[in-house]
Amino acid sequence: MSLLSVEKLSVNFPLRRGAFTAVDSVSFDLAAGETLGIVGESGSGKSVCVSSLMGLVPSPPANISGRAVFKGASLLDAPGETLRRIRGKEISMIFQDPMTSLNPYHRVVDQIAEPLRIHEGLTRKQARLRAVEAMASVGIPDAESRSRAWPHEFSGGMRQRVMIAMAMITRPALLIADEPTTALDVTVQRQILDLIKTLQREHGTAVLFISHDLAVVADVCEHLAVMRRGVMVEQGRSAEILRAPAHPYTRGLLSCHPALHEPGEPLRVMPELLDPPASEAP
Amino acid sequence: MKGRGPESFSLRRDAWNRLIRNRMAVAGLLLLLLMAGACVIGPWISPYTYYEQDLFNTNAPPDRAHWLGTDELGRDLLTRILVGGRISFAVALAATLVSLVIGVTYGGISGYVGGKTDAVMMRIVDVLYALPFTLFVILLITLFERNILLLFVAIGAVEWLTMARIVRGQVMGLRRQEFIEACQVLGYSQARTLFKHVLPNVLGTILVYVTLTIPGVMLLEAFLSFLGLGVQPPMSSWGSLIKEGVALMEDAPGQMLAPSIALSLTLFALNFLGDGLRDALDPRRSEGAK
Amino acid sequence: MIRFLFHRLVFQALPTLFVLAALSFLLVRLAPGSPFASERELPPQTLEALNRAYGLDQPMPVQFFRYIGGVLRGDFGPSLRMPGRTVSELILAKLPVSLELGFWSLLYAIFVGLTLGILAAVKPNGFGDYSAMTLALLGICIPAMVMGPVLALVFGLWLDWLPVMGWHTPADRILPVITLGSTYASYIARLARGGMLEELTRDYIRTARSKGLTEAGILVKNALRGGVQPVVSFLGPAAAGLLTGAFVVEQIFFIPGLGETIVNAALNRDQFVILGCVLLFGAFMVFFNTLVDVGLALLNPKIRMTAGRKAKHEG
Ligand SMILES: Nc1ncnc2c1ncn2[C@@H]1O[C@H](COP(=O)(O)OP(=O)(O)OP(=O)(O)O)[C@@H](O)[C@H]1O
Ligand SMILES: [Mg+2]
Repeated sequence: MSLLSVEKLSVNFPLRRGAFTAVDSVSFDLAAGETLGIVGESGSGKSVCVSSLMGLVPSPPANISGRAVFKGASLLDAPGETLRRIRGKEISMIFQDPMTSLNPYHRVVDQIAEPLRIHEGLTRKQARLRAVEAMASVGIPDAESRSRAWPHEFSGGMRQRVMIAMAMITRPALLIADEPTTALDVTVQRQILDLIKTLQREHGTAVLFISHDLAVVADVCEHLAVMRRGVMVEQGRSAEILRAPAHPYTRGLLSCHPALHEPGEPLRVMPELLDPPASEAP
Repeated sequence: MKGRGPESFSLRRDAWNRLIRNRMAVAGLLLLLLMAGACVIGPWISPYTYYEQDLFNTNAPPDRAHWLGTDELGRDLLTRILVGGRISFAVALAATLVSLVIGVTYGGISGYVGGKTDAVMMRIVDVLYALPFTLFVILLITLFERNILLLFVAIGAVEWLTMARIVRGQVMGLRRQEFIEACQVLGYSQARTLFKHVLPNVLGTILVYVTLTIPGVMLLEAFLSFLGLGVQPPMSSWGSLIKEGVALMEDAPGQMLAPSIALSLTLFALNFLGDGLRDALDPRRSEGAK
Repeated sequence: MIRFLFHRLVFQALPTLFVLAALSFLLVRLAPGSPFASERELPPQTLEALNRAYGLDQPMPVQFFRYIGGVLRGDFGPSLRMPGRTVSELILAKLPVSLELGFWSLLYAIFVGLTLGILAAVKPNGFGDYSAMTLALLGICIPAMVMGPVLALVFGLWLDWLPVMGWHTPADRILPVITLGSTYASYIARLARGGMLEELTRDYIRTARSKGLTEAGILVKNALRGGVQPVVSFLGPAAAGLLTGAFVVEQIFFIPGLGETIVNAALNRDQFVILGCVLLFGAFMVFFNTLVDVGLALLNPKIRMTAGRKAKHEG
């Protein structure tokens, strides 16, 4: 049985005239402990798709339809209370920009500890102890002494580690990572990816990993889904998709990526990337 | 390239369209024009003057002859309110103008020159900000003969600080833009570039802030006149009329209410117009913070 | 924090006070005409004697430093119009009442303003928001000199619910405080709403939501801290406005505060009284602005630390 099963998920935003469909009838399944990567160019609807699962897309104004079942519970029409029990406990999320995702007014340790205080009813002291352990486990040196720091005293990479520590502290069954490395420089990217992979293996957490970078996704994820303008155009095992992409869009993505590119062939630039689709302008 | 950024013309047009689509702003504008028009024209066509007393007809209720009744000395209240409105509008406009000239020049230079000059100039503004203005105006009034002209200058002289800050911020942002750099390449003088090319692009912001300054100045004038430190009798202003009305509140509440309503309506009009202008010129900001 | 405070006092408060003192003193002394030259023509000898008696025959810097020295010892000089009375006496007799009025009004403004503003921000464009912002608009467009008489008329004279004169019982305080505080409550409501709404769009609010925090928890634990910062910044100007706004309210409700003293001094051109009040109010404002800065630093760790570092460099 799958951990998360999404069927015909659509999200559209009403505009002054008509509506804009950001996610169009997307379906996928994710088993416990499995890793699924979603790739697609900027604006293809990846973030909206996963945020809507967490109830983070405000509706109204958005219209959300379809089904998403997580551990037998329906997510999309869940009452607020149910959703809150799942968020941060069963499903955690980390975001693209670590510089703005942490609250500047709270100490790092308290932010990491917060899910424990919410979901496991720990006292401040107990939660802090666990938070310091978590900081050490994501590779923050001198976790003990740095725990009382404020977010602005940390670098981007450090902050993303903090976000990961926070997300993993309740041992969630599913981690949603929305482009967690996009805002970081290349060396730090590598470290964060390795960290996610390690934690994923250690705890058997299922990961929904989003990126616009095929190489990154292929590295972390067993399974792959390709999104384009709100539609999932192709999904399957990463290795197979990389070897034999079925959809022309995937082929396009592949051929303009130097790292995955066959040596000797000319590097291409995707026409779609140069020429944004007309439907996209909000 | 006649002294403005490439897009400012269409921007201004856009803003105007947005403004006239905003019903409250249009209502505010019309109300303001109405009030100002009445205050300017009213006293001319009124059969009464603001000072003529009629001691046989004091504190009269409204009737056909005196639409809002008469005051303690038998003077026509409507005429006194309209003349008072002239004072309020005149003080507001003149003081705003004074603050505009000082504030825009100061802020423009500070932002345009930048560097150490800017730091020093803004430090001065910071220090001045921390002074108790209203009392400072009272001090000025105490020292010099009380006359309206002084009131204009005193109020204007203390109201320019915020304008200077705002203009400086805008100018700093503009300075780096290409069309300004182009002016420098073309060899225009610094002053010409600042006054002909930079400042016109800040006009929108200045306009918004002017609509916010006017009510502030009006209130300050009303405050001083209420305390008896502003216009001197027999001349009237809304503040002094309210003050006179308060004394007679129990027997003739209308004398307090009528100038109060005039003052509040004008403030409403200015607020609606100001909010509308702000939204029209900066549609992005209006969504969240309104 | 100590360092921050020290820095704030030495580099901002003191220079401001000095500039204020110098500027207003110069203004007073440079103003045309002798301070005694108002009603009747005085014979030159009398004038000279008066000048000597009040120390006005000394060179300007001597006068200035003598005056400042006096002020530092709590002596604001003599009243020029009420022989034998000092400015300090005149001010101290009335100051407590004005301060109390200002204090309650500030509390009222903060409480009502924050409540309205936060209520409005919880559901923007909803009914609560609409009502709160309409109230705020009313508060801004109906100044104290209008609201006071109207409240007195309705609740005092017509309904006879509340007293409209004097300053003795707690009930005496209600109408004046509402009159003086409402405008500031309105500004605070607007600022709080704007601040909260802006804060609620931040990425870390999304993070908080994704952790499973309740909406109330998000509001209180995450948005409030940043959302009230504009309000705290506004408290400096608000306190200054309340102190002077009190003059009008005192007149309307017959409250024996500083307002009357100041107005009379201004009408009589009693310069040292006004000068003393300018300095006193200036000191209040500096004190309050320092308090506000401390408040902001307590709210925002980033300000706290940069200010501390800056202090280390400069101090
Ligand atoms: N609240 C909203 N209202 C209207 N349109 C929206 C809203 N949120 C997102 N969109 C639109 O939905 C589309 C998909 O956005 P989304 O953020 O999911 O893209 P993405 O694939 O995550 O891109 P990126 O890689 O840049 O993060 C975009 O075109 C965006 O403009
Ligand atoms: Mg995204």
